[in-house]
Amino acid sequence: MPGLAVAFDQHPGIWRGSELTRGCPGIASGFAALDAELPGGGWPCGVLTEILPQHEGIGELRILGPALAQLAAQGKFIAWIAPPYLPYAPALAVAGIALERVLIVKTAKDGDSLWAAEQALRTAACGGVLAWPRRIGYTQLRRLQLAAEGSRCLALLFRPSEAAREPTPAALRIALATSAGGLALSILKRRGAPLSRPIFLPALSAPPLAAGSHPSPRDYAHVVDSPAPAAAAAGSLSARLALA
Amino acid sequence: MPSPEPRAVAERQRILVCDAKAAARGLRAGMPVSAALALAPGLRLREREAAAETEALLGIAAWAMQCTPSVALDFPDRVLLEVSGSLKLFDGLAPIAARLRQGIAAMGYSAHLAAAPTARAASWFARAGQPCLIDDSALLEGELRTLPLSVLQYAEEETLASIGAASIGDLLALPRAGLARRFGQGLLDALDQALGRLPDPRGFCVLPERFRAAIELPAEATQAEALLFAAQRLLAQLEGFLAARAAGTRQLLLHLSHRAGPATRIELGLVAACREAAHFALLLRERLQQTALPEPVRSIALEVQAIEPLAHSNQSLFSDELRQEGNWPRLIERLRSRLGAAAVHGLAMCADHRPERASARAEPGARQLDLDFNLRPFWLLARPQPLQETGAVPCHHGPLKLLAGPERIESGWWDSADIARDYFIARAANEALLWVYRERSPAGAWYLHGIFS
Repeated sequence: MPGLAVAFDQHPGIWRGSELTRGCPGIASGFAALDAELPGGGWPCGVLTEILPQHEGIGELRILGPALAQLAAQGKFIAWIAPPYLPYAPALAVAGIALERVLIVKTAKDGDSLWAAEQALRTAACGGVLAWPRRIGYTQLRRLQLAAEGSRCLALLFRPSEAAREPTPAALRIALATSAGGLALSILKRRGAPLSRPIFLPALSAPPLAAGSHPSPRDYAHVVDSPAPAAAAAGSLSARLALA
Repeated sequence: MPSPEPRAVAERQRILVCDAKAAARGLRAGMPVSAALALAPGLRLREREAAAETEALLGIAAWAMQCTPSVALDFPDRVLLEVSGSLKLFDGLAPIAARLRQGIAAMGYSAHLAAAPTARAASWFARAGQPCLIDDSALLEGELRTLPLSVLQYAEEETLASIGAASIGDLLALPRAGLARRFGQGLLDALDQALGRLPDPRGFCVLPERFRAAIELPAEATQAEALLFAAQRLLAQLEGFLAARAAGTRQLLLHLSHRAGPATRIELGLVAACREAAHFALLLRERLQQTALPEPVRSIALEVQAIEPLAHSNQSLFSDELRQEGNWPRLIERLRSRLGAAAVHGLAMCADHRPERASARAEPGARQLDLDFNLRPFWLLARPQPLQETGAVPCHHGPLKLLAGPERIESGWWDSADIARDYFIARAANEALLWVYRERSPAGAWYLHGIFS
């Protein structure tokens, strides 16, 4: 029945077990190796994504930079809910994320964080919602997943790596670990065929650096007493290389 | 407003009006207060307050100006709206009436509504409690004839009754000359004005510059829901006031008065001007739930000092998705109403080399400076964290490997918060990338200042 096979191939709700789902197209992550393995060819919108970094600081935000920059460029807000530290404006700007579209929400209680995340997901104003809940149960995850399904948001939840042992209603779950100077992304859960081997993104956690641990004086990027940073572009070469 | 006890209003020791609970116990208007108290011992009795009635009337008039700019007061209990200019906008008399009914109910009042080609006739129909909407002058006289004489509020009503006149129709049937001779020209003029034979000029209200309305609670309340229920009536009134002025507001002030002690002030600040009662109520609900009241609340006053022009929102031709996308102020207002204004903010870069001053809080959505900085970490620690040093190597969960640097930042002598530091990018034993610095001082202590993430 060739007609039926064609119909199956074209229907977005039907996929073969060996393939990825063809749901709505995602936001290109900026990393071809990662895009190839994500359903929709990028960070998925309208579903909940869990990111489980091994430790903080291994590159969990850098892998999102290009996607967040795209969303902010479309005029959508990126809500940072209960971030562990203060996002640093110059770094966001270097990553290309328009600062006027950044919304930071500090909360005292986990209940407030989840409420804020849900509110952000339920408005069309937000293109991305990043949340760092301290503790979150299955029911609350389910609630966020439902809120994400009703939106076109990139909904990202940052959880500790131990959370990998718990079941999740999220559609995508990615664990991040360092590996030989690069970053290894294991897709623990996705819609479509499971992925057994991790995706290796090199260059991420190793910015090419000029001088190593014993720098010579000529490599100094020297800023002395000048009132405005715009004048001092020395050293921005390393910035471009690191983010290239 | 629901109240557990029966309630009534009295004037000169006689019951003027009572609620359904009181009526069920046999109370009737005109009954002496002593008799009423015998029937319903728990009766909550209030003396009639003419000033409060006038204020309510003015509030309704201001609210009604969203339907027409020509609103006149007909003391003591009627508001007249000249709506002939608004018929096309609202698509007829019935939609205007429906809107008025719904709004008056939302403000917590009940009213008789009537429409007629002349102001006096409409006023009479409303007084008689006849909910007729007459938009054809030809039908007016026939309807008017059926009205009882009580609508005239004429001092010699009993004399009129004694000559056999019971309705307006009876009066109209009498010879005009004789009527004028016995009862004066005034009665005849009133009839002519009702029929549209004489002009009936009215002085229209002028809207006040500020909005202030108060409501007394039937019983002292502490629950957020009960307060919100009462406040919603004030908000409905505010919405009408703002709509009449084609304006919105960014700041609402709510005074919750207690039996003793100073009133609790609740200030609602909005990111963008708005006039929707529903949105105000949403924000207020979150605020009331967060507010700890020192005492039960007796009355609520709503005040708006500053208004700003706000066009009527048009219905979207296509899906309202686009409209919602620009609706980010609403999100921020909601978040702020629960979490506090300081907890929700945006980010800005500042023209300062000192890392802790290069990033600052800003209003979300405000345009920001574009500055050129070197490679900077995504996370900045609120306060630099001192690092141990073993064998001239800084340690953070094991020795750090310095990958890049130093970037010397020496700045700020002018405001006595000067720094002199050499910044490095370092890799921790667990592969995290850190931003660390060494003080340029003889001690040369190491600090962790950021995480690259």
